[in-house]
Amino acid sequence: MDGIFNKEFVQGCSALGAGIAMIAGLGPGIGQGIAAGQGAAAVGRNPGARGTVMGTMILGQAIAETTGLYSLIVAILLIFVNPWA
Amino acid sequence: MFSVLSPRGAAGLPGAVTRSNDIGEKIGINEFASVELFGHKFLITSTHVALLILVIAISVLAILANRIIRKSDPYGKPGICMTIIEVIIGFTDSTTMSNMGEKHGGKFRNYIGTLLLFIFFSNISGVFGLRPPTADYGVTFGLAMITFFLIHYNGFKYQKMKHITGLFDPIPLTPINIIGEISTPISMSLRLFGNVLCGTVIMGLLYNLLPQFLLVLWPGALHVYFDLFSGAIQAYVFTMLTMVFISKTFEE
Repeated sequence: MDGIFNKEFVQGCSALGAGIAMIAGLGPGIGQGIAAGQGAAAVGRNPGARGTVMGTMILGQAIAETTGLYSLIVAILLIFVNPWA
Repeated sequence: MFSVLSPRGAAGLPGAVTRSNDIGEKIGINEFASVELFGHKFLITSTHVALLILVIAISVLAILANRIIRKSDPYGKPGICMTIIEVIIGFTDSTTMSNMGEKHGGKFRNYIGTLLLFIFFSNISGVFGLRPPTADYGVTFGLAMITFFLIHYNGFKYQKMKHITGLFDPIPLTPINIIGEISTPISMSLRLFGNVLCGTVIMGLLYNLLPQFLLVLWPGALHVYFDLFSGAIQAYVFTMLTMVFISKTFEE
């Protein structure tokens, strides 16, 4: 088993894992796009409420971004502070 | 020591692709000194230095703002600085009043304004060559823990024992309610931390991997997005979530 856990192999697998982790960026992208589309529709229907719609939309998008940021943190941890590599 | 304070590094790498360890040192938290206290080793890192600089800068700005307010003529035309101060205070007042209600908003506007200014200045400090203190998980987790204690202090103050019994409201959902309470500070702190760290890492990779002659003018646009825009949005989101979570406990 010693041969499997050498440093280069673990580093390569960590880089692959970081790349795979960032697939989670799909979800927030779709969610933020839906929120922006609904916001545009709301502004089109009621242009007077532009400020309120913008504030609510940006708050919702920032919260939807959290899951993507979790994957980003996992990827950064794998690359820069990996305890096994 | 200089390489941490400036994102470009001491020498400014001339184009060669470096090993990830070097880059990790450039964009990570670096230690300047260590102090032995009570048998523990405390590190003085770039976060502490940046926090010290930021606190001094914000204090100086606050003292200047105080002097400008005292010297301004209440019946005359306000100057540029007076207008900026009025915009900041008016924004803080209107957001706290509209989110927490007229009754409770006044008590929290000092804290909310301080939080907003502190997070905003720490997020944009990447523009001035510091490593942003909010890209250190200790800082953001501390800020989120203040919110956590404010939520539960106000919960016990305004809802008394209903704050505890509310956790068992539908009895089968008790574990989910408890996890929801615990995950609030973790998700708030990770959101701020991840956003600022993302900007720091991308700017660090850009400055360290590209050759020097390509880095003319256009990184400024990325600084505007990652530091100014993202930093302002995240400061707004953090304070807004703090206000929303605290004002949920006011309901009878």
